[in-house]
Amino acid sequence: MNFKAMTAIAALVAAPLSVLAGPDEDALVVNGEIEMVTKTAAPAHMADAVDEIYSGWRFRSDETQALQMDDFDNPGMVFVDQAQEAWDTADGTEGKSCASCHDAVQDSMAGVRAVYPKWNEDAGEVRTLATQINDCRENKMGAEKWKYTGGDMAAMEALISVQSRGMPVNVAIDGPAQETWEKGKEIYYTRYGQLELSCANCHEQNYGNMIRADHLSQGQINGFPTYRLKNAKLNTAHARFKGCVRDTRAETFKPGSDDFVALELYVASRGNGLSVEGPSVRN
Amino acid sequence: MKFASLTLATALTGSIALAGQVGPEDVAFNDDGAIEASLTGAPGDAANGAVIVGEKSKGNCVACHQVAALADVPFHGEVGPPLDGAGSRWSEAELRGLVSNAKMTFDGTVMPAFYKVDGFVRPGDAYTGNAPEGPLPPILSAQEIEDVVAFLATLKEE
Ligand code: HEC
Ligand code: HEC
Ligand code: HEC
Repeated sequence: MNFKAMTAIAALVAAPLSVLAGPDEDALVVNGEIEMVTKTAAPAHMADAVDEIYSGWRFRSDETQALQMDDFDNPGMVFVDQAQEAWDTADGTEGKSCASCHDAVQDSMAGVRAVYPKWNEDAGEVRTLATQINDCRENKMGAEKWKYTGGDMAAMEALISVQSRGMPVNVAIDGPAQETWEKGKEIYYTRYGQLELSCANCHEQNYGNMIRADHLSQGQINGFPTYRLKNAKLNTAHARFKGCVRDTRAETFKPGSDDFVALELYVASRGNGLSVEGPSVRN
Repeated sequence: MKFASLTLATALTGSIALAGQVGPEDVAFNDDGAIEASLTGAPGDAANGAVIVGEKSKGNCVACHQVAALADVPFHGEVGPPLDGAGSRWSEAELRGLVSNAKMTFDGTVMPAFYKVDGFVRPGDAYTGNAPEGPLPPILSAQEIEDVVAFLATLKEE
């Protein structure tokens, strides 16, 4: 056996050992009542990659973690209130609000976040929450589409997510969604940019390790939209994907593109079994 | 004056091959991934190499590696092994190969290639997220590679 192969094996053996020190053992209970699953067995489709999946919450400092444990401290909840107002406010040529068709968000949207992105039979495509919301705005309300990663959209996603907090992420990856899922998986493992780094290089091979000042998580999206202390606003999953691809010195994909929709489905499926947390708090 | 310093800046970033300099496409790796000959013919400056290794906008090597000799630089990463003693473990030629394109030494390593300009998937214009306007410069210039190699060579096992 040559030197190169030996080193590669050494790296493979060393990796699982070093990641054990990564996530902490803290438990996340929100408002003293919603018990979140932040660590669980990996879904079957990724069993050859990792044994356990972790919410990004497990990798944050105690101070940042605390902000997500009570809605009074969670800076993301302000936007949930704003979106509740938008939910009840008519917009567009049809004079309708979300509530005109969906009534109380607490009832109609319970469980929705947990299963998105999801195959839409009529449209013949996988839809993210954002695609579906804009479809309702454009075609049901006669209103302007919201910017895919903008503040209105992030806030509405947060409001819808809150109705599923604590429920397990459970996106379907088979049937008509499978093709999109396969495409997302391919993107996840492609080494982009001049730094030639894939999502997996950082979030599968190196979660738990520090990269400069950042503690690498598994890059899960069960907590999205997420309030980041760094930019003091709610951030959508596609905005985060864009930032991570940019950081490989690559030309990014566009938020809302077929590529990022596929990636979102795939990344969401890597979190099947973790609780819906959004809006979460991260640094 | 302005023109002269502009030209100098271009030369420093390595986008123009200087006489006697080995361009990124012409680097000769041996079977073990080492590069025998200096890329510039000029000796490396270890002090400047230390700056490049620590500087975020340059090599940013400490993003992934701990380096005890650079204890004053904040936040060293854990993605790669500590570089302490690298100058004892590796020859200068091996270090030059590692920094230029570590994939020639370690198959499939996550470590980026610092002296390589093609073969990328969706390369961007540095950290802008946009497509590049012209040919990509390597991340480090030939002389910067030599400077980093000179610095690494000083990291001897205690
Ligand atoms: C005129 C009626 C109407 C209005 C107004 C409307 N929607 Fe919808 N919405 C629908 C219908 C019908 C569906 C089912 C669509 C389908 O399956 O193609 C739907 C589906 C959805 C879904 C997916 C639910 C699921 O279980 O998959 C979400 C999320 C949603 N709407 C959000 C919104 C939001 C947010 C607004 C306001 C900004 C809004 N809708 C306004 C009619 C409406
Ligand atoms: C060069 C390393 C690197 C690469 C490559 C990378 N990321 Fe990240 N990513 C980070 C860092 C650092 C953070 C912030 C710390 C953390 O949460 O892991 C982060 C955060 C995230 C988060 C937020 C997690 C949370 O809990 O809020 C998601 C989601 C994510 N990345 C997805 C991706 C996807 C998808 C890809 C590939 C398209 C990718 N990343 C590629 C370094 C990387
Ligand atoms: C994105 C992460 C990353 C960056 C950035 C990075 N490296 Fe590495 N480096 C690694 C990894 C991982 C290895 C281990 C090789 C392997 O098994 O894959 C390594 C190996 C090495 C080695 C051989 C290890 C030894 O025995 O000492 C040297 C020398 C080295 N790197 C130097 C550098 C220098 C110099 C820079 C910056 C110009 C740099 N690295 C940037 C990840 C990185």
